[in-house]
Order: sequence, then structure tokens, then C-alpha cells
Amino acid sequence: MSATAVPVALSNEEVLRYSRHLILPEVGMEGQLKLKQAKVLCIGTGGLGAPIGMYLAAAGIGTIGLVDFDIVDRTNLQRQIIHGTKDIGKKKLDSAAETIADINPNVNVVKYEVALSSENALQIMKGYDVVVDGTDNFPTRYLVNDACVLLGIPNVYGSIFRFEGQSTVFATKDGPCYRCLYPEPPPPGLVPSCAEGGVLGILPGMIGVMQATETVKLILGKGETLTGRLVLYDALNMRFREMRLRRSPECPICGPDRTIHQLIDYHQFCGIPQQPAQPEPAAANPGEIDPADVKKLLDAKHNFVFIDVREPHEYQICNVGATLIPLGTLPQRLKELDPSAEYVMHCKSGMRSGKACDLLRQNGFTNVRNMKGGILAWSDKVDPSVPKY
Amino acid sequence: MPKILIPTPLRQFAGGSDAVEAAGATIGECLEALTAQHPDLRRNLYNDEGKLRSFVNIYLNDEDIRYLSKTGTAVKDSDTISIVPSIAGGR
Repeated sequence: MSATAVPVALSNEEVLRYSRHLILPEVGMEGQLKLKQAKVLCIGTGGLGAPIGMYLAAAGIGTIGLVDFDIVDRTNLQRQIIHGTKDIGKKKLDSAAETIADINPNVNVVKYEVALSSENALQIMKGYDVVVDGTDNFPTRYLVNDACVLLGIPNVYGSIFRFEGQSTVFATKDGPCYRCLYPEPPPPGLVPSCAEGGVLGILPGMIGVMQATETVKLILGKGETLTGRLVLYDALNMRFREMRLRRSPECPICGPDRTIHQLIDYHQFCGIPQQPAQPEPAAANPGEIDPADVKKLLDAKHNFVFIDVREPHEYQICNVGATLIPLGTLPQRLKELDPSAEYVMHCKSGMRSGKACDLLRQNGFTNVRNMKGGILAWSDKVDPSVPKY
Repeated sequence: MPKILIPTPLRQFAGGSDAVEAAGATIGECLEALTAQHPDLRRNLYNDEGKLRSFVNIYLNDEDIRYLSKTGTAVKDSDTISIVPSIAGGR
């Protein structure tokens, strides 16, 4: 809480607005004023960030910082309830700020239209009382953790996958941090993202609400927070479990012999090469083929094998007539395929079929191409009647 | 037999099961029995040197085995072993 804050009082409008808090002994006028003076930074205004931002605004957090650089698209609306159909195409920051202003005009929203990075994180996060991590990737999660540890700011953590969520509070004074729990990230590709793996739309609501609850408790200084406890939530079976979390004596950033004293290169740490922004002309990569050219091959009845490596439930959503061999089953099914034949592989966006091409090439297949941009690009360039998902 | 709870991201490598019974007197033996039943799980649990991967934590009931006797931790038939991998989704 800012040391220079002028004595704060609630307006009559606020007294009425927060009346259900004010009559709670654990909040009361003292607690509500703490919330009003508090500054909370929400990293991400997506699935987790939506309920976090909305509930923190309703609860009367005085200053809410939002970090995002994304645009609202239709696939977000199944779970990102801070954005609506009318917001498609808008900056998420603007859409989220409008929703917050509608819920509670007393909130001061600070917008950061950036990708959080090692260069800007400390500067953005400094001065906030609590940071809430609603990001969606490993590099940013390690970055948020390390910056919170270095700045001494509690990090309210939540993450989701399909029907499963995790939440805890990291980086409190004596509590564990993210690196105590997971010293290293998985290698890229081993754990699918929500975009690849899917997510129950309500799941981030449940986990985000836990994060908002922990944030408010940290500010009020009431109750028992999730520090030292990892909550595992399984929506499919509606089960909550709790695991004990300890501060690791070997932690490289919060342990006694710490080796990390400043922010590092998190993409490198997570094994993700920084992609140089080089536009790739269609003909530049002989391992790829444009969907329009695949269509030409099909129309010309050219002799080649067209394989879709997505999952069967994706094939049901839409397909373009290729043979379905899900990526996970490809190694076992290689023996069905003739290494001397010509192959075009495709998936939803080109990532998984890229891996499939690598696998075929490693096994002696010489004429293998990846359909660039997957079935999404097919919908754009060849046949718009194929739905995007 | 101790029960091993399989988290969502790894179920595809365990024939879709969310829980597998695996015999063993220690965590290591139970995991060995598990990966014998589901060989595809092996590369997701162990690195090339055969060590447990550091983004996969194993809990005996609610305690992290790193703070017990690691894979040598003794296991009773009534115990539940949880595999808790790092997940990062948030959008």
C-alpha cells in the first residue's frame, strides 16, 4: 500500500455499494479501505483474467493494472466473460476496461498494452501489492514468478488444462515460489496448450475466482491463504485435492544459495527459440505446401497420400477428406505407409502436422510436405464453408 | 494395491484412465509397474537418463516425495500416489 496515500474515505455511493462487505466483521470499513487503497496487477485478461478482473473490480480494489496485447476473437467468448460478442475485434485491454468501468466506476484501471518481458516486467510490476498470474505459457509464468520474488510481491497463481486446474499463492515472505514447485518447464510440445488441447469454458471461472479470493484475503490480511498449499481441481469428477507445498532449499531464486539474481531469457529457459520476424514466401520452404496447391493436386487427381493428423473428435467438426491418422498413433502406423510415396500432412494449424512430417522424414520418407496453416488456412484460402474452430 | 492418479494431460498415454492400480513397495516400484502397463507414459515421466522429469511432481497422499525419500519412499496398499505435472494454460 502506497506510503504517500492521502487518508481515504468511502463516498456514500461506495458505502452503499460495499454494504455487504462493510457488515462482514472480517472486512468492515477498515478492510474495505484497504481494498480501495490496494493496487493489483492482472497479467492477462483471458480465461483466468476475466473473472479475476471482474470480481476484483466488484470487490472495490482501488487500482487494477491489466497487461494484455491480444484482440478479442470469437473463440474467446466461450470462457472469457469479461468480453462480449460486441467486443470481437477490439483490444482485450479496452474491452476489459469497459466491463470493469461498468461494474465499478470507482476502480482506477491502468492498461499495459505489451507482452510482459524481461525488459519491462520489473518496471510494470513495481509498486503493485499483489500480482495475479493469468497467463497461458511457461516462459511468462517463470518470468512473473521471478519478478515477484525479486520485488517481494505475492504471486497469486492459477493454471488450467481441459477439465483440470491448479491454484496457489507463491512468493510471499516465507512461502514457496513457482520454481520451488517446478524447477524447470516441460520441453516445448510435450504439454499441449488450451488452443491445442481444449478447455472447459467454466474451468477458468472456477480457478480465476479462487485467485480473486486469495488476492482479497492477502490484501485484508485475513484467513488462511493458499501459501504452502496447491489446490488441484478436477471439474470432470468435481473433486478438490490439496497438496503440501514447501519452499525448496535448492530453489535457484528463493533458496539460500540462489543463483538467479535478475531476470533471464525465459524463452531460452523454456527451450523456445525466439522467432526472428521473417516473412516466409510460399515457395521458400520446400517442406511446405500451400492449401491452394493441395487443392490443385486433388483436382488434378495427382497420386499422393493426404493425411490428417488431428484427433477423431476434431475430424468430426470438419475435414477435407484426408485420411485420419492422429499424431499420437502415427509411430505405430508407420508400417502401413509406403516410404517411397508422396505425402501431404495436415492438422488444424500446421504445428502437429509439422511434427508428423519430421517423424516421417526421420523414418526414411523422402517426399513429405506440410500443408501450411492447416485446415484453418484451407478454410481461408480454399473453401470457406469448412468451419473454423 | 496403491492407486496412482493420472492427471488429464497424461491420460492419453495411459489408455484414457484417470486412475491405475500399481503394485509396489516403494514409489519407484509403483511407477515402474505403471509404466510397464502403459509404456507410452515412460518418456513423459522420465528423462533420457531415467530420472523423474522436473516438471512432473509425485505426491504420496498430500506430500511431495522430494521431501520424503524420493522414489525410495515406502508405500502402503491404502496410499494414493498423485502425478502432478506443470500446466500453464490460462486463456
